[in-house]
Amino acid sequence: MSDSLGRAPARLLVPAGLATLLLVLPLVSLLLTAPWSMLGEQLGTEALRQAMWLSVLTATVATGVCLLLGLPLAWVLARVDFPGRRLLRTLVIVPLVLPPVVAGVALVSAFGRTGIIGEPLRAATGLSLPYTTAGVIVAHVFVSLPFVVISIEGALRSAHQEYDAAAATLGASRWHAFRTVTVPLALPGIAAGMVLAWARSLGEFGATITFAGNYPGTTQTMPTLIYLSINSHPEAAKTLSLVLLLLSLAVLVALRDRWLVTS
Amino acid sequence: MPRPILTRLLVPAAVCLLLPLSACGDDTTEIKVLAAASLTESFQTLEKQFEDDHDGVDVKLSFGSSTTLAEQANDGAPGDVLATADEKSMDLAVDGGSATGEPTKFATNALVLVVPADNPAKITGFDDFADSDWVRCDDEVPCGRLAVSLLEENEVEQEPVSREVDVKSVLAKIASGEADAGFVYASDAVAAGDDVKMFPVPGADEQPNPYFIATLDQSGDSDLAQEWLDLVSSDEGQKVLEEAGFSTP
Amino acid sequence: MSDLDASLEVPGRVSADFAADRGDVIAVIGPNGAGKSSLVKAVAGLVPATGRVTLDGRNLMELPTRERGLGVVFQDQLLFPHLDARDNVAYGPRARGVTRADARRRADQWLSALGVGDLAHRRPGQLSGGQAQRVAIARALVTDPTLLLLDEPMSGLDVGVATSLRIELARHLSEFGGIALLVTHDALDALTVANRVLVLDEGKVAQFGTPHEVSQRPVTDHVARLVGLNVIRAGDELRAFEPTAVTVNLTEPTGSARHRWAGRVAAVTPHGAALRLVVRTADNGPELIADVTPEAATELELTLGRSVWVSVKETSVRAYTNRTQ
Repeated sequence: MSDSLGRAPARLLVPAGLATLLLVLPLVSLLLTAPWSMLGEQLGTEALRQAMWLSVLTATVATGVCLLLGLPLAWVLARVDFPGRRLLRTLVIVPLVLPPVVAGVALVSAFGRTGIIGEPLRAATGLSLPYTTAGVIVAHVFVSLPFVVISIEGALRSAHQEYDAAAATLGASRWHAFRTVTVPLALPGIAAGMVLAWARSLGEFGATITFAGNYPGTTQTMPTLIYLSINSHPEAAKTLSLVLLLLSLAVLVALRDRWLVTS
Repeated sequence: MPRPILTRLLVPAAVCLLLPLSACGDDTTEIKVLAAASLTESFQTLEKQFEDDHDGVDVKLSFGSSTTLAEQANDGAPGDVLATADEKSMDLAVDGGSATGEPTKFATNALVLVVPADNPAKITGFDDFADSDWVRCDDEVPCGRLAVSLLEENEVEQEPVSREVDVKSVLAKIASGEADAGFVYASDAVAAGDDVKMFPVPGADEQPNPYFIATLDQSGDSDLAQEWLDLVSSDEGQKVLEEAGFSTP
Repeated sequence: MSDLDASLEVPGRVSADFAADRGDVIAVIGPNGAGKSSLVKAVAGLVPATGRVTLDGRNLMELPTRERGLGVVFQDQLLFPHLDARDNVAYGPRARGVTRADARRRADQWLSALGVGDLAHRRPGQLSGGQAQRVAIARALVTDPTLLLLDEPMSGLDVGVATSLRIELARHLSEFGGIALLVTHDALDALTVANRVLVLDEGKVAQFGTPHEVSQRPVTDHVARLVGLNVIRAGDELRAFEPTAVTVNLTEPTGSARHRWAGRVAAVTPHGAALRLVVRTADNGPELIADVTPEAATELELTLGRSVWVSVKETSVRAYTNRTQ
């Protein structure tokens, strides 16, 4: 606890300890009070298996979409100088501060059956996003994309631009440099952004239910299932939360050793 | 060293916030009513009435889901009266010891079919459900169980596109035109006004949702709490409830 | 018409005209802030600049960096940290469409030529400063550039490492066959590696000539100090003399010396077998350096702050005009 710079001061240690307690205590309490005996029974239910599969599927697809769209946007924000860049960066962050339900309402007004884009789209093609798994993914992407963009943009900024210059002097086109230099150097940030996006998607509830609705097998994800169980079967809700918690933990721990240990 | 002025001002204010409300306010009497969300409009009307009738009494209304309110009451949350939108939640409060005395059934709320004001799918009853995007509450919540039972009774086999988490979500989907039809309580449909059109559901009157009210064990003024109960059951109270779409016993 | 004809300006930083032919190694020297790095970066297209840089009839300024056919060695190397030494060197050929195997073979050849063939599989983080700079030089040379830009390649290296790298760099540059632009703040680099010296001062070319011309007849105080010469300026007329030609007395000399100044000793440092004095002359006169024997220094008690007279014989003074200004 002490080194040549002096002891770690209590005014830092005490809040750090409080922060740890605040983060860990509720999770530990959940583990302690969960009806473990119901776990097997719960895991066997069709509803849980459907919701879990759908959660993993939509979170994973949404993370992929976030990467495909977020990496280029982060690159543009970090590397291209254009008027309105600061404004665009601010706009990208806005979904972070929106209450999830508001995010859902915003999505409805754009892509809903009566939305600005949703209505003409439905009229022209008969397709609409609400009540579909694609709608769930769109909601997840909407709330997760800011994490990916912010995280990758930070990584691109700290992965110094001089390396791009070095690549250019060696004859690399911008796209070649992007693939062979920019992305590899930003990899820790990209991985962190994707993990954040995946975790955010897995826990997403408000925007999903407001925009895509709730139907088992199509749009019902774990958080919705848990929320609905709280009213009728509080014990079951705890067990379901436990399953979601363990699932997220397993993925985060598996990823941590591989991706999150940044040099 | 003198303490900064901000600290001197903030500390007493913060202490005041942490203590029960009565400790820092003036000496008006207060009763707190925990009520199911569907009672919002009618209880707000009754609140004015009650305060007009009782000088120096301030009614605080706290709306939420019946189950949540019952659990909070059992946990000792401050409150004088509990009004639930189903029997099960009231049983919870009785079993938990927070509801004292015999709970009174003071209203019922029947399920109705609602469609958007312009009724794009031209739905007037179950016969029009095929190929439409209709919604109901999830099986896990009372309005959903009620809908399922009515649908079975009417031999409707179509599935909804979404099972919403509560009746307000169903109403929102209809009012915004995101769904073609849905099932809500009559009181909700009345509250939505011109945003939706309402149709009766065959058999709904035989399966009304009962509303119960009881005084709470933790009430600081059980006489006043009882007076709220009396107002709700009075002709005046019943009339307010009927105007809000409820049926009365 | 030379192979390279440059006339370019980096607004607010540097403005320079110069020409060179294949085989030329141009040392770019000047004090910090003179615009050395800006000049090189402008040629590479890495900072906004105006003007013309014609190389074999093509105006480089109209081309993006990657099409300019340059080799660049950066001050801090900028080796790609996620690639090993071999793939760093192979990067240029790969970017130009050479197959991986071929690019790696050429990389290995160049790494061996630079004496770091056995470090091919190390990442930049596992290389010493000197090793990394050799890899960086190999990376710049592997694409056979016509124009090689080196931005202070020796800075930040230990003296011993820099010395051996300098010798090798001189060898590679003499074999290089293209045109090299070497930014340095070390007179040794300029004098031993280059055949032309471009002296920058306050964003302008102060002098452009052979190492001999520049070291014998410097026109800037910076170069005079670098090469260890006293330079006295009177308008465009300049007079240079060696520190060894300066006589130091405690009283005003009465002999034949035409040039004499009163002053105080401002610094004393060993210089080879002699002691080098810096004398700050009175009335805001020039700061002069004089080499004296340790015996003389002891006899005259030449310590800091000592009042002295310094003088130089006219026969020891080279007079010349600053033609570039």
